[in-house]
Amino acid sequence: MDFSIASILLLDGFTNGAVYALLGLATVLVFTVTRVIFIPQGEFVAYGALTLAMLQTGKTPGTVWLLLILAVVAALMELFERWRHHGNAVRALKSALKTLVFPALISVLSIWAAPQQFPLWVQAALSVAIVTAFGPLVYRVAYQSLEAATPLVLLIVSVGVHFAMTGLGLLFFGAEGFRNPTFWDERFSVGPLTLSGQTVIIFVVSLALIVMMWLYFERSLRGKALRATAVNRTGARLMGISSHTSGQLTFLLAAFIGALSGLLIGPTTTVFYDSGFLIGLKGFVAAVVAGLSSYPGALLGALFVGIVEAFGAFWASAFKEVIVFTLVLPILLVRSLRSGHSDEEH
Amino acid sequence: MNKKNLPILLLVLAVPAIALLPVPDFWIAQLNYIGLYALVCLGLVLLTGVGGLTSFGQAAFVGIGAYTTAWLTLNTGMSPWLTLFVGLALTAVSAVIVGLITLRMSGHYLPLATIAWGLSLYYLMGNLDALGKYDGLLGLKSLSVGDIDIGQGRLFFVLTWAILLAGAVALLNLLDSRPGRAIRSLKGGTQMAEAMGISTFRYKVTIFVIAALFASVAGWLLAHFQRTVNPSAFGLKMGIEYLFMTVVGGVGYVWGAIVGAGLIKLLDDYLQVALPALIGTSGSYEVIVFGVALVLVLKYLPDGLWSVVARKLPSPPRKVDWQNAPDLPARSKPAPGDLVLQVDKIRKQFGGLTAVNDISFNIAAGQIVGLIGPNGAGKSTTFNLITGVLSKTSGQVLFRGNDISALPSRDISRQGMARTFQHVKMIADMTVLENVAMGAYTRGNSGVVSSMLRTNQAEEQSLMKEAQRQLERIGMGAYLHEQAGNLAMGPQRLMEIARALCCDPALLLLDEPAAGLRHKEKQALAAVLRQLQGEGMSILLVEHDMDLVMDVCDHLVVMEFGTLLTQGTPAEIQASPAVRAAYLGTEH
Repeated sequence: MDFSIASILLLDGFTNGAVYALLGLATVLVFTVTRVIFIPQGEFVAYGALTLAMLQTGKTPGTVWLLLILAVVAALMELFERWRHHGNAVRALKSALKTLVFPALISVLSIWAAPQQFPLWVQAALSVAIVTAFGPLVYRVAYQSLEAATPLVLLIVSVGVHFAMTGLGLLFFGAEGFRNPTFWDERFSVGPLTLSGQTVIIFVVSLALIVMMWLYFERSLRGKALRATAVNRTGARLMGISSHTSGQLTFLLAAFIGALSGLLIGPTTTVFYDSGFLIGLKGFVAAVVAGLSSYPGALLGALFVGIVEAFGAFWASAFKEVIVFTLVLPILLVRSLRSGHSDEEH
Repeated sequence: MNKKNLPILLLVLAVPAIALLPVPDFWIAQLNYIGLYALVCLGLVLLTGVGGLTSFGQAAFVGIGAYTTAWLTLNTGMSPWLTLFVGLALTAVSAVIVGLITLRMSGHYLPLATIAWGLSLYYLMGNLDALGKYDGLLGLKSLSVGDIDIGQGRLFFVLTWAILLAGAVALLNLLDSRPGRAIRSLKGGTQMAEAMGISTFRYKVTIFVIAALFASVAGWLLAHFQRTVNPSAFGLKMGIEYLFMTVVGGVGYVWGAIVGAGLIKLLDDYLQVALPALIGTSGSYEVIVFGVALVLVLKYLPDGLWSVVARKLPSPPRKVDWQNAPDLPARSKPAPGDLVLQVDKIRKQFGGLTAVNDISFNIAAGQIVGLIGPNGAGKSTTFNLITGVLSKTSGQVLFRGNDISALPSRDISRQGMARTFQHVKMIADMTVLENVAMGAYTRGNSGVVSSMLRTNQAEEQSLMKEAQRQLERIGMGAYLHEQAGNLAMGPQRLMEIARALCCDPALLLLDEPAAGLRHKEKQALAAVLRQLQGEGMSILLVEHDMDLVMDVCDHLVVMEFGTLLTQGTPAEIQASPAVRAAYLGTEH
């Protein structure tokens, strides 16, 4: 291996690492606020990429129908539970409609826009909007009534949601894989390296998103409310921060990040309905590096995972996945030794 | 007892009957798969349902068992009956390594580690040339004894289900034993178990290994039944499915494993045909149904299907068969007047806050010492420093002359210092008797294997006899077979005292034993304490009920804001202006 190969691998690692970083951040975010270990994070990635691919072909993406079904289910649940809880039919109907209206609008917009062959960036924005709408609905349907459950129960629920979303992905997108067109075809030469426009976009978008998240959590009241929920749910509730709203908002952000990541990797690899799982899990390994609690830690972890993967692919391409996932064990060992003795879960 | 025996009896009768009856071969094959899956699920019942540890990686252990026997029988011609044990050894080593790495940390790291490890093992099996890459290994021999092929059809069915039944019985035996009670305590946090002298970490690793071994045996059977192995049967999806089966069947119930495995296997087969036909294209759509079903089960039937059956089955009290059992060995007691506990300038700092500031006092044999002070004075922290639950910043504690300052709580308990908790810690779904028997944990030594084989009965009887004796000693003889969770607060606190007494302590530490007790119960408690004192027991009491404290204590230690305010006899303390000021404030 010489310097130029090493630098190419390093660039490759950083590019993948940037996407894993986004997913790692989403995982940390979801876990700290809701204590959900969100395995299906990767499904949003695949949904995002495949929705755009469908729009490219001028068809209405299957995600739109899925979104509508999910929205109806969520609205019915909202209606029923509110009505049972408060006995006020009008208020129950109102809150059910509130659940329904945003996904319905996006769906109608998508159905209208799909055959119009809009420019790529419009379709990209639409894809992100569709998949982002999934976030709160998934939380509403699968997790909201289990808010008080232990992290372990929530983890098993996550696995159920992952199963369902993968199967539905197959149902609505089919088994065929898609590769999206690049957003920017330019190429730049820096010494031995060739930077593609897509790589630049990945870096810029990742960085922008991380800065935005930082601003959101540091500067906005909503962001601070989420942080409060992360620190102490009961305390936050006593301050009038609804844990339902916090959960849905968190999942909205997670879905948004997932969809965006899907658009970023879409042009660099062929995405299948079940590709999201492995990509998401690598973001996950990054989050585990950070102990599921630190954003800068997740960022560093993600870059580390990306680089290990790039070099692993070069030296022993067949064992790339083995190397990445076995990495978790030494990381956990270090964390275990540092944590000293087991903590009381009460 | 017959609650347990009924399903065993049914299965023992049903298995040979099914083998002899003209059941179609298709159904025999289905039952073979169900038996194999149930064996894996059995391990998960112990690990997840009883121990509270979740693993998505059991399929990987199945894979280790399967690939070990496949590779060895094909490449070295070894007998499958030997490779079984090689596979078990390899599985045990892997499980110990993964367990040691992850089990020290809080609950959700183990499932994460098992996901990662399940994935990497899958890709490893799929990429190694020696293991045939993704095609796997073909042409394994069927299992045979002499010239008789028992690896297919009905004979294999009997073999699989005999192993499964043996496993189920071993597990039931284990759960109703000294190590079993320790395992059942793991789910509720480690503090109580550690205070009873139980090494919770060791038991977590133990059940992780046992579950892995069950999976490994299933892998060995599967390899020789299918006569081929390939990675797809050992991937993460299968690992998740095993957990799913167990959760649906009832993760806390041994029979739930079999019910869950049967149901999911049949449903899986049905959906794999029905759904593609319905949708019109092929594909594994059954995961949609499984995913949704998993969420629904966790929401509406979190204890699984078997919980519905278990509620209906009668649960008669344990048979009392221990009247003639020998007593447990007792430890030597300090002579009257000896110093039992010497606390010397112990200090605890949390960051900048000094919660306990250089507290010193002594307790002599046969003395009842009260530790009192206003809320937030640091009494419970002092308590936790003495019992080793918290580590000291500085200072020394001598127990019967031995320095116990650096020991963890389980080792301190082994030396004969027993405690109760401010908030009662018990295993709600065990009987009072079983809960109390946990206190005698350090006085027995039967292990997991002898418990599974039920060769531990002599010791069990002695433990139960001791538990009954201690319960009767504090007037709880009427509650032996009651579920601990059904007791009112008062009896629960008394049960904790009985549990502490079961450890044969020289010093008893009681953390607010009178909280939540009614007047009569308090009087009874005072009588119990005096009786214990009369028998030579030393007691340290943290308590807010001044009537009780002044009534029973020989000596009082008063704390305020983490420091020692004063100490002396109850009369001296009552007269002390400093104590009055601490409790009631001063006039200005």
